Amino acid sequence: MNLLMALISGSVFGFGLVLSGMTDTNKVIGFLDVQQWDYDLMFVMVGAIAVMFVTYRWVVTHSAPVYAESFSIPTHTVIDKKLVVGSLLFGIGWALYGLCPGPSVISLLYQHTSLAVFFVSMLVGFFVVDRVK
Amino acid sequence: MSSTLNALLGGVLIGVSASILLVFNGRIAGISGILASSLTKEITQNLWKIVFVMGLLVGGYLAHYVLDVPIPTPTHDGVWLAVVAGLLVGVGTRMASGCTSGHGVCGISRLSVRSLVATLSFMFAGFVTVYVMGALS
Repeated sequence: MNLLMALISGSVFGFGLVLSGMTDTNKVIGFLDVQQWDYDLMFVMVGAIAVMFVTYRWVVTHSAPVYAESFSIPTHTVIDKKLVVGSLLFGIGWALYGLCPGPSVISLLYQHTSLAVFFVSMLVGFFVVDRVK
Repeated sequence: MSSTLNALLGGVLIGVSASILLVFNGRIAGISGILASSLTKEITQNLWKIVFVMGLLVGGYLAHYVLDVPIPTPTHDGVWLAVVAGLLVGVGTRMASGCTSGHGVCGISRLSVRSLVATLSFMFAGFVTVYVMGALS
């Protein structure tokens, strides 16, 4: 059941990313352009956060998820240099090319060398940090 | 449909997806974390992560096919820019333990200050980067 739910969740997520425009690098870069701001993608966050906000109300009243023994929700609250520097680096990369991790998975469907290079480089980046940790 | 409405509906679907994963499996839909550990950690324990990533591809394909969404052309063709940007996204999201989905959606909606700081940081860096790139070109 867990795997089926993961498949459904992943599929809905992928569908939503494409529908929203998050896999279109022109759209993303336009969203990050203060001079000619294309505000559309802000509504992706608005929609997603609104739904998830309600879901968390449900979560706090339940001791366990439906198909698992417990919730695995991050507990750290520390705001350190690693969080801020990491996020700044991510923001630079996101804006330079126009893709964040989810959309870059889907971009593999577009069969474009540059998109695949971005994806592989991102994996190398994951790997490097996880090695150092 | 207008692109603004598409963005809102897409966002709602992303919220529904993250809700399914949380309510049924108790897991957070943070893509950078899911991707990174589906590649490096032991397979049996993390099979769901691989399945989730497969789902992303299936859903993405369906959206293009069913809704006839045109295949976007990447803004930048260059391989070196893709390498640099990809490395920055990979390193940055792992250092910060989250990206647009984990911090931006799942974190902010549970009112995590840590995730809010992360999101404001990557948005700020994104705005500055596009501005600087525009000024340079």
